Amino acid sequence: MKNLSGIWSIFFMAGCLFSCSDDTPQNEGYIPTPLDLNTPEFFDNSILPPVIPQDNPQTVEGVALGKKLFFDPILSGDKTLNCAGCHQPEHAFSDPRQFSVGISGEEGFRNAMPLHNLAYNFREKFNWDGSANSLEEQMFGPVTNPIEMNNTWSNVEATLQESSTYPRLFLEAFGTERIDSTLVTKAISQFIRTLISGNSKFDRYLNNEISLTPQEENGLNVFLDESRGDCFHCHGLPSTPLWTDNAFHNNGLDEVITDRGLGNVTGDPRDFGLFRSPSLRNLAYTAPYMHDGRFGTLEEVIDHYSEGLVYSETIDPLMKKVSEGGVGLTESDKADLKAFLLSLSDPSFISNPDFQRPN
Amino acid sequence: MKKIVLLLLLVLTALSCKNDDDAILIQADSSVDFTFTQNWNGQTIENSDYQNTTYVNANGESMTLSKVNYLLSDFTFTSVTDGTVYASEDYNLVLARDGENTTFTPDIEIPEGDYTVSFTFGFDDEDNDKEGGYNDLNSVDGFWSVPAMLGGGYHYQRIEGTYINNAAEVTNFQFHTVRANRHETLPPGPDTLVELRDTSFEVNLGTVSVGTTTNIEVKANIAEWFNNPITWDLNERFMVLMPNFQAQLDMKENGNTVFELGAVTQ
Ligand code: HEC
Ligand code: HEC
Repeated sequence: MKNLSGIWSIFFMAGCLFSCSDDTPQNEGYIPTPLDLNTPEFFDNSILPPVIPQDNPQTVEGVALGKKLFFDPILSGDKTLNCAGCHQPEHAFSDPRQFSVGISGEEGFRNAMPLHNLAYNFREKFNWDGSANSLEEQMFGPVTNPIEMNNTWSNVEATLQESSTYPRLFLEAFGTERIDSTLVTKAISQFIRTLISGNSKFDRYLNNEISLTPQEENGLNVFLDESRGDCFHCHGLPSTPLWTDNAFHNNGLDEVITDRGLGNVTGDPRDFGLFRSPSLRNLAYTAPYMHDGRFGTLEEVIDHYSEGLVYSETIDPLMKKVSEGGVGLTESDKADLKAFLLSLSDPSFISNPDFQRPN
Repeated sequence: MKKIVLLLLLVLTALSCKNDDDAILIQADSSVDFTFTQNWNGQTIENSDYQNTTYVNANGESMTLSKVNYLLSDFTFTSVTDGTVYASEDYNLVLARDGENTTFTPDIEIPEGDYTVSFTFGFDDEDNDKEGGYNDLNSVDGFWSVPAMLGGGYHYQRIEGTYINNAAEVTNFQFHTVRANRHETLPPGPDTLVELRDTSFEVNLGTVSVGTTTNIEVKANIAEWFNNPITWDLNERFMVLMPNFQAQLDMKENGNTVFELGAVTQ
């Protein structure tokens, strides 16, 4: 179990040296300005480094371009909807509506996911159901999805190419003015990798800057106690910063599985009804909850785990006392658990000027 | 002790490099590969068996498996001829269902010869309490750390699945093996911990001849966790086993017969 990133980066650099030699309208030997991700020390010290593909290094110009594209409705078929239309910065880049609405006015069938700490999704399975195998791959989806931006890539490429600003920005970011879908997804992915959230009340408590209230402290105990919450086996614990395992589980929501989730992707009946565990960071801003946004409040979520569990064949074995609906938390444990969960929210993330709509 | 051997190794390596173009032939040292397989009383457990195949444990309960993950560490080779100990301080987390890390090459090279091969199930206290922990174990699929109120460190093992209980209900179980931790009162809290006991244990595979390329199969008979010497009654002990001191001591007892040497190929 060795960390090979050192070796990879050498390969990567060698690769760069060789790769800048074909193609037409480009700036020979141009190298955009490398940009280090601004990673919290606690992340560096406790988990693996962020996943940055060899062929898409972070650069100042790439991130700036990605951010502009993220907030630009030019990507959608009728130029009315941008990524932020469903991934709103003030909601930790999620959507307060249960189902987002695409340009056709049609509702989707899943709740838009928050976008935070995605560079740390080490297994690189994206979306609720793991249907995308990298961030870059994920980006291809929304632009052409008929219930989202409903555009075609050739149309996107042509519109961007014709614009007065984009060719220059692509030149600065990638050394070529020839715009294609791959470069668009690369730029937006670079921006999304900068969306790191690591400054919640709980982070500051771990850093000995502040203390928790007795309620929050007891809530953490409930969260960690196998006989009560036992949330940590899927959502993590104080020694790790992500608050998700980024793995797939059935957490007992439905007796009859209608959305097969991961099972749709793998075709394996053992994966029917499995969804990726969301991070519990920023819950204060990301309601409604679950893949279909069925719960409007954290109280409902906690009630679900406490007494609302239902059995289906693929239910995760970590779910306890399923025949009774759950372990039955006391009202005060429930309130404390909620207080603890909210301490994982990071106001500086949603107000970070680097992440706001450019004017 | 381990440090001395490592030093010795370093010196040896340094010497053997110097000798590269000498006339005296010094044998190059070899690394050793391990392959980890799982079975239920001899019946191989494959990916397709998870959640599908029903096994009957020693106590008579029908059960299925969803997850079998275990941590092995300190792979050690002791020379049969002169007693020299070659200790790799490496560790490997086997994720059996996904077939991840089911082959592993400890970070150590040893001369050809006959060795007693051993490893530790889980982490001994020295490894478990390593300052700063392990970034890779903190990043695996399925949380591996143990909450501080249970003594911290890492899980040794997570076996999860279902069994049919005495009331004929399909019931989830979590057979989680960790360092035994005893509490004044349960549920555990920040001030309840009164004793920690290292329940990792050494597994000795016996003697193996190491050549230039060697692969050692380590078999794990999962049924033994529920069998010997303690017949495990899942009806009584199926969940919340992490802070259950006696359950952890009993797992250690049962663990002694789980692992055995399988095929050795050169
Ligand atoms: C119409 C609403 C909508 C628009 C517009 C939209 N998204 Fe999404 N996004 C969603 C939904 C819904 C999901 C969850 C999809 C699923 O799991 O099936 C999602 C998932 C994602 C994810 C996966 C996050 C994770 O944790 O796996 C990323 C990344 C993402 N969107 C980025 C974008 C980008 C970039 C754009 C603009 C190019 C965009 N989205 C436009 C609704 C939208
Ligand atoms: C077996 C793994 C597992 C355990 C244990 C678990 N969860 Fe979850 N959690 C999930 C999964 C998977 C989802 C998403 C399910 C879906 O949408 O279908 C989820 C969703 C959530 C959400 C919604 C987040 C969002 O952004 O939509 C919250 C809040 C939550 N869990 C809190 C908890 C709490 C509190 C506990 C302990 C009482 C807990 N979870 C235990 C796997 C788990």
